[in-house]
Amino acid sequence: MSQRQITFEILRYDPETESEPRFQAYCVPCEEEWVVLDALNYIKDNLDGTLSYRWSCHMAVCGSCGMMINGEPMLSCKAFVRDFPNGGSIRVEPLTHFPIERDLVVVMDDFMDKLQAVKPYVIPKKKRTVEDGTYKQTPKQLHQYQQYSMCINCMLCYAACPQYALAPDFIGPAALALTHRYNLDSRDHGRPQRQEVVAAHEGVWECSFVGACSEVCPKDVDPAGAIQQMKIASTVDWYLEHLMPWRRK
Amino acid sequence: METIESDVVIVGAGGAGLRAAIALAEADPGLRVSLLSKVYPMRSHTCAAEGGAAGVAGADDSMDLHFNDTVGGGDWLCDQDAVDFFINEAPKELTRLDHWGCPWSRDKDGRVSVRPFGGMKIKRTWYAADKTGFHLLHTLFQTSLQFESIRRFDEVFTTDLLVVDGKVQGCCAVEMRSGEMKQFLAPAVILCTGGGGRIFPFTTNGAIKTGDGMALAYRAGVPLKDMEFVQYHPTGLPATGILLTEGCRGEGGVLRNKDGYRYLQDYGMGPETPLGETVLKTMELGPRDRLSQAFWHEQQKGNTVPTKWGDCVLLDMTHLGEKKIHERLPFVQELAHAYASVDIVKEAVPIRPVVHYMMGGIHTDINAATPLPGLFAAGECACVSINGANRLGSNSLTELLVFGKRAAESAAEYVRSAAPKTDRAAADQQASAAEARVRALFERTEGAETMTAIRNAMTHTMETGAGIYRDEAMLTDTVNTLADLRSRRSGIALRDKSKVFNTEFTQLLELDNMLDVAQAVAVSALARKESRGSHQRLDYVERNDDTYLKHSMAHYQGEDAPRIDYLDVVITKSRPGVRDYSGAKS
Repeated sequence: MSQRQITFEILRYDPETESEPRFQAYCVPCEEEWVVLDALNYIKDNLDGTLSYRWSCHMAVCGSCGMMINGEPMLSCKAFVRDFPNGGSIRVEPLTHFPIERDLVVVMDDFMDKLQAVKPYVIPKKKRTVEDGTYKQTPKQLHQYQQYSMCINCMLCYAACPQYALAPDFIGPAALALTHRYNLDSRDHGRPQRQEVVAAHEGVWECSFVGACSEVCPKDVDPAGAIQQMKIASTVDWYLEHLMPWRRK
Repeated sequence: METIESDVVIVGAGGAGLRAAIALAEADPGLRVSLLSKVYPMRSHTCAAEGGAAGVAGADDSMDLHFNDTVGGGDWLCDQDAVDFFINEAPKELTRLDHWGCPWSRDKDGRVSVRPFGGMKIKRTWYAADKTGFHLLHTLFQTSLQFESIRRFDEVFTTDLLVVDGKVQGCCAVEMRSGEMKQFLAPAVILCTGGGGRIFPFTTNGAIKTGDGMALAYRAGVPLKDMEFVQYHPTGLPATGILLTEGCRGEGGVLRNKDGYRYLQDYGMGPETPLGETVLKTMELGPRDRLSQAFWHEQQKGNTVPTKWGDCVLLDMTHLGEKKIHERLPFVQELAHAYASVDIVKEAVPIRPVVHYMMGGIHTDINAATPLPGLFAAGECACVSINGANRLGSNSLTELLVFGKRAAESAAEYVRSAAPKTDRAAADQQASAAEARVRALFERTEGAETMTAIRNAMTHTMETGAGIYRDEAMLTDTVNTLADLRSRRSGIALRDKSKVFNTEFTQLLELDNMLDVAQAVAVSALARKESRGSHQRLDYVERNDDTYLKHSMAHYQGEDAPRIDYLDVVITKSRPGVRDYSGAKS
């Protein structure tokens, strides 16, 4: 049974009593199989019950436990302590680019508003009833959008996105990937409605294609690829509208 | 205290709560819906369900077959009128999910695919690869965003139901961001808070599954039904309890003991089926209770593989091939690789049974109504009961859709027809009392007990006394320990005095809820002197239909242990029979 003593330097901040964040160090006896979240739970249960953070599933699907770990946005339930250098400490901070609510908990309001803004639901051509049965959708049609439906809303991509840091109005990677997901779904006809949001200033054109969002995504959603495809689609729209107005649908 | 008035309050925004909210919004956009959750909706534990959702789809299947699989799987403790309603609604609900954008896996011709699951005569599990719950939850959440009548309150912790003159009048909840208590007034409340697997130490359930809604209803006088029936899923990863879906076996995975022997054939589920061929309703496609019990026997015989994290058996999928695994079980592949360092394409993965689901819950009728006027419940927190003594895999995702919608319809009808008047003054008084109680809890400075010690003692005693096999002595010990722990909980003092996102405070509320729910489980289990489904007594090994073809009802008694009485099971067409999972039958 191999245990490792690891020092965690954790950002603490209580807006009721503190004017600015500080770091607090905890020494934790870690099992080899542990993830950073296990260490946080150890601290919470045994060393300091006042530490606040979000978590639930511990299997990288609920999206609650995104944090900056040694400066990288990661899910703490999938950040294995064995992958960090021996002897070094591990620094844990809340996701960057978001206001801190308390300790490792960030304010999610902006992200939630953006999710809603892109109309992330099927807008059908004609309302379908249960009696009509299910849609036909071939595996190929499913494959078109499937990757973009895997987003767990963990917001790591917003923490990685340099553009979101500079221009907080930018709709951002996850919400744009979700837009693309519905636009590509054969059951959906809502792209014109979503275009108003996407083609606007805060939409895809804000993206400078650094690609950091896709690198940090724990679910391989590839928001950067989605945004580039949407830029092309928007450009095609523009040409159709301005150069070949008779082609407009 | 801020007061928010609405027509219907929904507590819990997972699959059932979201489905209920959408149903209310679609039925009547004039109904003001408040949707409360202690987390953001997409964090709800519905997201962790993997394998699929059951509903008759193919021409070879029938409502009768789904009925028989469900009722037999539940060891005849299901209410058969509710099962009938459920199976008839199931395909409609799964079709609606398709219309809302759920990325169901498809056959070549574009129709929705179905896969086999345990205890099924015909394959009928609709799936979205092995992330069905995740997709179902996000589809519902995203769909709900288009309705203006749904007002969401994310990260509020519901502490009390308001009950005036024997009728529900709303609830009180602490806004986690501010620590402020809010009063939600409404003539109807729907509880959709999920299960309480965290009362056990080793569970697939996320941290948030603490039985909150069950405890709320229970303390308000609604009985908890069939609480002794706790489902162990046979295939969890040993260190973490992470679930590997039944779809693994549905796609052809097999279970082996330390000698590589497919031991299920020794426990009434033989003869051995050919490797790579899925033969329905036998061997690895037997029901969860039987598979978990077989593990226990193998462990007694010393046929398990010892690991650092406990005894295991092996789930072998190596014969499925990389292509099939990648297409059908990509999440399992990722989970086994990350959390067990096993490449399932090349090696068998060690697994062991893990607490997964509570068949019991808040007593509801076929309309999702509780005996308390104005209070409804749906999903895992409720017990209708369609799951009886053992839930069939992939019935629960469908259940939260069918009964989430049903609860919404019942609540809407109740609000319209009964025109229940909210007694504002009396409700205010109750809310103030609730606020005072919560504040006292918050400000408690004296106390030698620690939350961690009491929680660990609770989970430990649940596993040792109320696990896969139970007997009088073990259960009595657990019941006594729980009574002691409940009396000690007032000795826990909070160190965290911040009002902002105080998780020590919410954990204390959760521990309170868990202790009440755990006691209902253990006391109900001690009282049921028979073996049925997931409730196996070493001292009463047979099913006893003469005495116990009944639902247990646990009634809250304050600091004392609950009072247990019984309610007849509704039997319409299927008399109790033998659960036959041998492959020798026709």
